[in-house]
Amino acid sequence: MSIELFRIDDRLIHGQVVVGWGQPLEIAFIVLVDDAVAASDWEQDLYRMGVPAEMEICFDTVESAAVKLADYLADERPGILLTGDIATMRRLADASGRVETVNVGGLHHRPGRIERLRYIFLTPEEEQELRALAQGGIAVTAQDVPSAEPIALEPLLASRGER
Amino acid sequence: MSERPAVVAAHGDLARAFLEAVTLITGRGDRLVAISNRDRDAGGVHAALRQAVIETNAQVIFTDLPAGSCTMAARRVQREFPHVDIVAGVSLPLLLDFVLNNAEPPPASEHLAARAREHLLVWEGTRVD
Repeated sequence: MSIELFRIDDRLIHGQVVVGWGQPLEIAFIVLVDDAVAASDWEQDLYRMGVPAEMEICFDTVESAAVKLADYLADERPGILLTGDIATMRRLADASGRVETVNVGGLHHRPGRIERLRYIFLTPEEEQELRALAQGGIAVTAQDVPSAEPIALEPLLASRGER
Repeated sequence: MSERPAVVAAHGDLARAFLEAVTLITGRGDRLVAISNRDRDAGGVHAALRQAVIETNAQVIFTDLPAGSCTMAARRVQREFPHVDIVAGVSLPLLLDFVLNNAEPPPASEHLAARAREHLLVWEGTRVD
């Protein structure tokens, strides 16, 4: 499929995505799924500035992404689909029925979150959201950069930030 | 004499390392404030940068990667404080120029960036096919 990565990352478009994943996967387009960003020209300009000129960026709400996901998947070019939180990815998965894998790439410290990996902090509610994704048949793994080993969901949730 | 500090925002320990190098070379690391994006989400990076700009009254934010979270956060700070310049792609020569320049008014950031580009040099080696 042409969406090489369905990624949850609270920084959305940043160096790790554009350079760390973008270059080795030869990513040609990024689909940023975020209702607030999709409603703001200023936010879109900000994120557009963060990608190289040759990389296309598409802004979608969950609703519009669910409708267009089949087209994105049929695109011959490799792409990345990004959400900034687990709930958004879950809404997209539920609405589209087309999400098969999810990469948890970066969820940083906030009050109420517990450190699982140095780049993943989760609340109990977020852990339930991830379990719900997995119970829906979606392969959920944690991996910040391509050179790292993906970590499956259960080891991730059992981890205490020691790696 | 302009002594207003600048903020350096970068991945991991890079900003702190820049500050350390500037201090070693010039003794003027006090003109820089280092911010890391480590362990911070986008909102956290923005909050840290915003606080640094308020506390130092900085007019310039130097960031490492144009596409990076620090630059994104800097753009959000600039939206609130339009007088702040952002220079992405920071380098040691650029920071040295900044801390050693006491001109009043301070040099335009574009001038600093142009000087930094002049410091990017290549001496190509000989390749054997």
